[in-house]
Amino acid sequence: MSAQTAPGLHLAAPAGTAVRTRTLHTTHKTPAQRVGAAAWWVAVVIVAILTVFPLFWTLVTSLKPAGDILSGALELVPRTVTLENYERVLTEVPFGRYFLNSMLLAVAGVVLNLFFGSLAGYAFAKLKFRGKRALFVTLLGSLMVPGIVTMVPSFLVLRAIPFAGGNNLVGQGGVGLLNTWWAIILPGAAGAFAVFFMRQFFSSIPDELGEAARIDGASEFRIFAQVYLPLAKAGAAVLAILTFQAGWNSFMWPLIVLNVQEMWTVQVGLASFVTDYATDYGPLMAGTVITSLPVLLLFVFAQRYIIEGVSHVNSR
Amino acid sequence: MTVTTAATAPPGRDAASAPPPHESRGPSRQWRIQERWGWLFVALPIALFAVFVVIPAGMALVMSLTSYSVIGDSQWVGLDNYRRLFLDPYFFIALRNTAYYTLLFVPLGIVVALATALLLHRNVRVSTLFRTFFYVPVVSSTVATATIWYWLLNPQFGMFNVALGWFGIDGPAWLYDSSWAMPAIVIMSVWAGFGTNMMIYLGGLQGIPPQLYEAARIDGAGWWNQLRYVVLPSLSRTTFLVSTLLVIGAFQVFDQAYVLTKGGPGNSTITLVYYIYTQGFGNLEMGYASAISFVLFAIIAVFAVINARITGKDNT
Repeated sequence: MSAQTAPGLHLAAPAGTAVRTRTLHTTHKTPAQRVGAAAWWVAVVIVAILTVFPLFWTLVTSLKPAGDILSGALELVPRTVTLENYERVLTEVPFGRYFLNSMLLAVAGVVLNLFFGSLAGYAFAKLKFRGKRALFVTLLGSLMVPGIVTMVPSFLVLRAIPFAGGNNLVGQGGVGLLNTWWAIILPGAAGAFAVFFMRQFFSSIPDELGEAARIDGASEFRIFAQVYLPLAKAGAAVLAILTFQAGWNSFMWPLIVLNVQEMWTVQVGLASFVTDYATDYGPLMAGTVITSLPVLLLFVFAQRYIIEGVSHVNSR
Repeated sequence: MTVTTAATAPPGRDAASAPPPHESRGPSRQWRIQERWGWLFVALPIALFAVFVVIPAGMALVMSLTSYSVIGDSQWVGLDNYRRLFLDPYFFIALRNTAYYTLLFVPLGIVVALATALLLHRNVRVSTLFRTFFYVPVVSSTVATATIWYWLLNPQFGMFNVALGWFGIDGPAWLYDSSWAMPAIVIMSVWAGFGTNMMIYLGGLQGIPPQLYEAARIDGAGWWNQLRYVVLPSLSRTTFLVSTLLVIGAFQVFDQAYVLTKGGPGNSTITLVYYIYTQGFGNLEMGYASAISFVLFAIIAVFAVINARITGKDNT
């Protein structure tokens, strides 16, 4: 902001500055601008420290031996670097297992959301069929319903799936799909968000492409798969990243439907850590690092897509 | 009825017999083909959506009128669950805590997101780098963020109180103090989430035509007046979007309270969703839990409608 107001001050700038600016050539800055720029730097650096430092401190803590964590809490470079916390995390609790579970569920979520999201998104954007509007409005409306409302009934629906988990034909007697991967995969497979997101992408591609292919005698499926889908790759990439993040980070639903410890995800495992290792900050921070690593790495490599995706979704 | 048309039509056929384009019959025939493919494309996603969103939403309403509790019989109790709610002191504690959280979280979230967006809205290359830094907390899961803050907020060794100590302030026990636990969770949540809203505000800022700033400058408006008379009014739509998202999110706060405090100390962090979780999945009182979730839904809906009204008025 200060930069935008400052040009106005050029007119009023004292003669001395004007001369100096002319001699410097490269930096056309009035004193007011310089102060503004310095203040800007101070402000952004402070905010950046506030956002990044906690993560850094977590990493540092996770690398310290148990004895140094509390006594040397302030040391930003560990006196001795050790991996013992990671060893404890991976041996005392099946954190490696949690990691694989989370990976499986997040990847399954990505694949299914991409598949169903692009199919349905394409149909809503480019095909004409009866009931399209009503369906789409319902889908959009569901984005407004808070997740908690459908949580208890969804649990019961999964419990009552016929022939699963010892259930009979009418879904009684057993536990249905609870405590299976399906309990997480199925409800998340065709997110309204994925459909909406892909529809927006397909809508921005001109209709003429499909019309031309249709005149050439291409089937509707080929038009989708070979004409439109390749053009929506960028959108699909953004959706994949966002879906992976959401799947990896989801907590409440896995907490509810998975009761077997071997099936826990990293989030559920980490949450139980806080209770069991309340003051054992070393393993706790090591677990936090392992939990955050995949999404942080993904963010580092794909940040442009993520940030563009977030802006795209919210600008509607 | 459209469903049956789609179901009875052999989906493979039209691909094989894709018609040569006859000018006269083409359109209507093509429409029928599109109709079939459209339904084929959306069938599975819509089926999943129906089973895990639409049906559960209906079930929730019915269940809230029963005494369903997983074990034992389910009885129709009419509005008893809702009546019980009004006599349940814990419900009101949860409601008050959630309202308190929302009241702190929403304004703070808006101010921080707007302030950081204003900082980054500059034509400097380096602001992209800082945008990445500012966005980093969003990437981590709430559970990981919570464990990080669990360590940051340690009364003795945590960075928070150590930093306060530098200024001679004796920091509170945060999560162990019933009057500071909720503010601590609010600060943590703002830290974790402001990046997304900052991005939305950046989008909004880019949409303000530069002529507006120029006009204001010619009128002699300084930084503050430009902010007040140009930026904020132009961003009113964005602010309503952000505030709606924040309110909806705030009323559903759960992860942080579950991981960090388990509702304590002294019930000071029992939130509505936390209470629904303990009633529904802890005490298995699913009928009652559904009733509470419907009340929560109603509260959120009221806020959303109020927001939409104000936004709608703003558009016309």
